[in-house]
Amino acid sequence: MTETTSNEMKVQEKKEVAAPAEQTRPGVLFSPDVDIFETDRQITLLADLPGVTPDQLTIDLRDDVLTITGDVPSAAGPEEKALFTEYETGRYYRQFTLSEVIDQARIEAQLKDGVLRLNLPKVAKATPRTITVNAG
Amino acid sequence: MFSPRFFGPAGFGPLRMFDELSRMRRNMDRLMETYGDRPAYAPSAGVFPAINVSESDSHYTLRAELPGVGVNDLDITATGRNLTISGERKLATEDASARYHRREREGGRFSRALAMPGDIDADRIEARMANGILTLKILKAESAKPRRIPIGS
Repeated sequence: MTETTSNEMKVQEKKEVAAPAEQTRPGVLFSPDVDIFETDRQITLLADLPGVTPDQLTIDLRDDVLTITGDVPSAAGPEEKALFTEYETGRYYRQFTLSEVIDQARIEAQLKDGVLRLNLPKVAKATPRTITVNAG
Repeated sequence: MFSPRFFGPAGFGPLRMFDELSRMRRNMDRLMETYGDRPAYAPSAGVFPAINVSESDSHYTLRAELPGVGVNDLDITATGRNLTISGERKLATEDASARYHRREREGGRFSRALAMPGDIDADRIEARMANGILTLKILKAESAKPRRIPIGS
């Protein structure tokens, strides 16, 4: 039984998704696997984007909606004939709504070995100030 | 004497049967969707990593999706025409105070073996890892390369 072998990798299939809007570009859309965790200071997002190069990755944050788009061109050369195909390439696409206010200026994104690491620092809580009222 | 094996492979219970059926149905759905020049897609059926193999006259090219797997955590061996790709995908442990909202990425050990359809030159396999994709360029053995046959008149 597979369950008995310790820390054997659990397998997930690449998830194809329906396009949110009509696409102008042909191709398949995939939803990348992500980890999202939050500490007091920031939200971190890790996404598996195999085959995406930094120049093909777009991260967009507006109106609290974070959109990640990554294009993977077909790697096969013209002289190659496919013998078997277990995965397809296309576009990775996923959107998240963020409930916290993010400090846009300090967002950091790093793409390494096909994994995106996105640090979204939270805006420091406004420091309480006492307002002195002058008697007029 | 009955041996448990008599009833089929271990784990082939009703649950597995159901999985198998739903997978078949999904595969059928996919087949129906295949159109145009999009290649027929054979779902990986629960294997990691997913592998694509193609051939040209001189090479087999194998590509595998291995996001987040370091070169040092990957082991590739070739025996005859068989290739084995094994390794471990390590997920970094994060801050203990972190609260998870999503946890979809998986880590752990994996291993896959597959046979190339023809003889290969095991000494001349070129492996490259870029952006989470492993690419193996496998030179075909002379015997496996196509040969043009001249026709005598």
